[in-house]
Amino acid sequence: MLEFVTFSLLNSLVYGMLLFLLSSGLTLIFSMMGVLNFAHASFYMIGAYVAYQVSTWVGFWPALLIAPGIVGIIGALVERYGLRKVHQYGQLAELLFTFGLAFIIEELVIMIWGRVGVDYKIPSSLEFTLFDLFDTSFPAYKAFMLVISVSIFLVLYYVLVRTRVGLIIQAALSHPEMVGALGHDVPKMFMLVFGGGSALAGVAGVIGGNALITEPAMAAQLGTIVFVVIVVGGMGSLTGALVASLLISFLQTFAIGFDYSLYDLVNAMDTWPFLSEAAGPWNDLLHVKVAQTGPVLPYLLLVLVLVVRPKGLMGVRET
Amino acid sequence: MSSSIQNPGPSKIPCYGIWCVFALTIMLLPFFFTSRFSISLFSQIGISCVFALSYNMLLGQGGMLSFGHAVFMGLGGFIAVHALNLISENTLPVPLELLPLIGGLGGAFFGSIFGYLCCRREGTPFALITLGIVELFASGALMFPSFFGGEEGVSGNRMIKNTLTGFDFGSEIEVYFLIGSWTFLCVLCMYLQTQTPLGRLANAVRDNPIRASFIGYNPSHVRFLQFVLSGFFAGTAGGLFIIRYEIIAYDALGLVPSGNVLFMTYIGGVGHFMGPILGAILISILQLVLIHYTEAWQLYFGLLFMAMVLWAPGGLSWLLIVHQPVWKAGLMSKLLPSYLQALATGLIFFLGLIIFIEINYHLSLSIEPGAPLELFGLVMDGHSVVPWSTAISCLILGLWLFRHSVKMVAAQWDAVMVIITKKTLER
Repeated sequence: MLEFVTFSLLNSLVYGMLLFLLSSGLTLIFSMMGVLNFAHASFYMIGAYVAYQVSTWVGFWPALLIAPGIVGIIGALVERYGLRKVHQYGQLAELLFTFGLAFIIEELVIMIWGRVGVDYKIPSSLEFTLFDLFDTSFPAYKAFMLVISVSIFLVLYYVLVRTRVGLIIQAALSHPEMVGALGHDVPKMFMLVFGGGSALAGVAGVIGGNALITEPAMAAQLGTIVFVVIVVGGMGSLTGALVASLLISFLQTFAIGFDYSLYDLVNAMDTWPFLSEAAGPWNDLLHVKVAQTGPVLPYLLLVLVLVVRPKGLMGVRET
Repeated sequence: MSSSIQNPGPSKIPCYGIWCVFALTIMLLPFFFTSRFSISLFSQIGISCVFALSYNMLLGQGGMLSFGHAVFMGLGGFIAVHALNLISENTLPVPLELLPLIGGLGGAFFGSIFGYLCCRREGTPFALITLGIVELFASGALMFPSFFGGEEGVSGNRMIKNTLTGFDFGSEIEVYFLIGSWTFLCVLCMYLQTQTPLGRLANAVRDNPIRASFIGYNPSHVRFLQFVLSGFFAGTAGGLFIIRYEIIAYDALGLVPSGNVLFMTYIGGVGHFMGPILGAILISILQLVLIHYTEAWQLYFGLLFMAMVLWAPGGLSWLLIVHQPVWKAGLMSKLLPSYLQALATGLIFFLGLIIFIEINYHLSLSIEPGAPLELFGLVMDGHSVVPWSTAISCLILGLWLFRHSVKMVAAQWDAVMVIITKKTLER
């Protein structure tokens, strides 16, 4: 049991920080520009694929730097030549633009790298066991992922809170018109934040693509989860995004470990014998194992938060 | 209050004309296009029309962007297929012709449950809640195999004895006429709904919810009613789907079909009642035809959608409507030459794009990437320079020429507009 708890904690910490890398950029973009960027997880996918391609040429370490740079440039271009153009048609058009973009990016990835996943490997220099605890081993690469994502969180926090650029970004989160009136180039800042956010998603792709899997469906798998994170955490709140990322990954990781269903509970308690005679969907509901609910829980949380507490955990204003 | 909302629409007689033409078209189509393929295509178009129009009740009429509309069509379909199985076991005395109605009631039932959750919010939160709901169903459907049938879905058999008309619906054409009549009925009802006080109020809530509540209507209540009705018609489309395909699986509830109906409606145009019909026709044809010719059909589909978002946000119906005054003034002949030029140059660009995309798909997806690719009767070798250079030069040349001709179109358009304004001023 202790083994299960320890490793579930460690794994969910790693996965949660990866989610945070993805959602931190998204939450800034969302609260600053009001754009629900459907293509954000697609930048994560581009990061993974570009890193795979670059690492076959020059190895993993240069790819760790090059791939996020490329993704960031793509993101900035998308903002400059796409989003800014549709901005005049209103919020709906912007949303649909990113929705279509996510669709096209997936197809382009299929076009270039094929429908099956690519063999993006963990670098051999990190392919060893960091430590053994009880009977399970903890791979060094997971620790590396954790180090990278935590240090990015610290740098990001420092930049946002302590530097002048961060100050202006924070101001533009809530009052973009006022910041513009004070003489700052708000469109350029939008481009910067969009590019920067995409680059962060790219980093997540580089370090997550080889640990998880690099395939065309990877963007769609995480696409909605990151929305859950920013809504649950609260718009524009970096700490909120951190807490929500960890919360969701804890939920998902721990759910997988429990192989029980309501039926087992009813049987164990030996009350309500009529329940075991339930038929149809009710019978299905009784037999759903906790482990199966992992994929459903985040969306349940999303709907609940939006209906009950639209501000999210740490947000200042409503979604 | 409701009596003060009056229909300022055009006189009734031409309206009747349009509906007669619509009914006649549905009736006569299978006699002109008799092949099995085209009749099944028409059935598919009918289902898509109902689905897209029901979606536009939310997006176009009510200003509610939903990412989960396929949930209602899917649930309607599942309820209809279970009903169909009950009918064939003789436990449910309903004729087959009324099966879509059962699907519709199912859609309305679930619409009222989820509408209760969604409709208190508008804009982005609304869209996010629908996104949450669709993902809930997509990931949760497999947990309930007795209703959703697991991976393989639930199937039924439409050839049952209990029918009103005496047809046994064994042939494609009988199914087409059943779907066609339901399509006509649903389209008519949805059009009439836009003329009702509720339909008008939905427009008011879309344009300015605060003002709507000032004159005494609760915006979330209006949105809720609109949502339930929209769920009803989506469920009806699900029932029609069951009659046509006799099987439905959990992937009918997912984000992909929900995005699909969004594409259809938006490409057709949300601002006009005809828009979603145009979109449904175009996209259904594209889907069924392109899928035979190219692996990349989804990419073309996405590119078309993006082009519409960037350059024609009003959709196809908007493109038609802005030409109405030009057509009436008899000035189309002034625009046509520049349009033809833009079309020709656009085709050069498009040709380059097609070659580029097809070669790439061929190299990364086909079983034999080394084998030459046949395109428009031409044979190309993906590893030689010729097709690549052709594609890239077509792309660059086409883009350059197209930008030039777009300027021409704009200049001509301005000139025509000046003439029309002068004419109206003279009157």
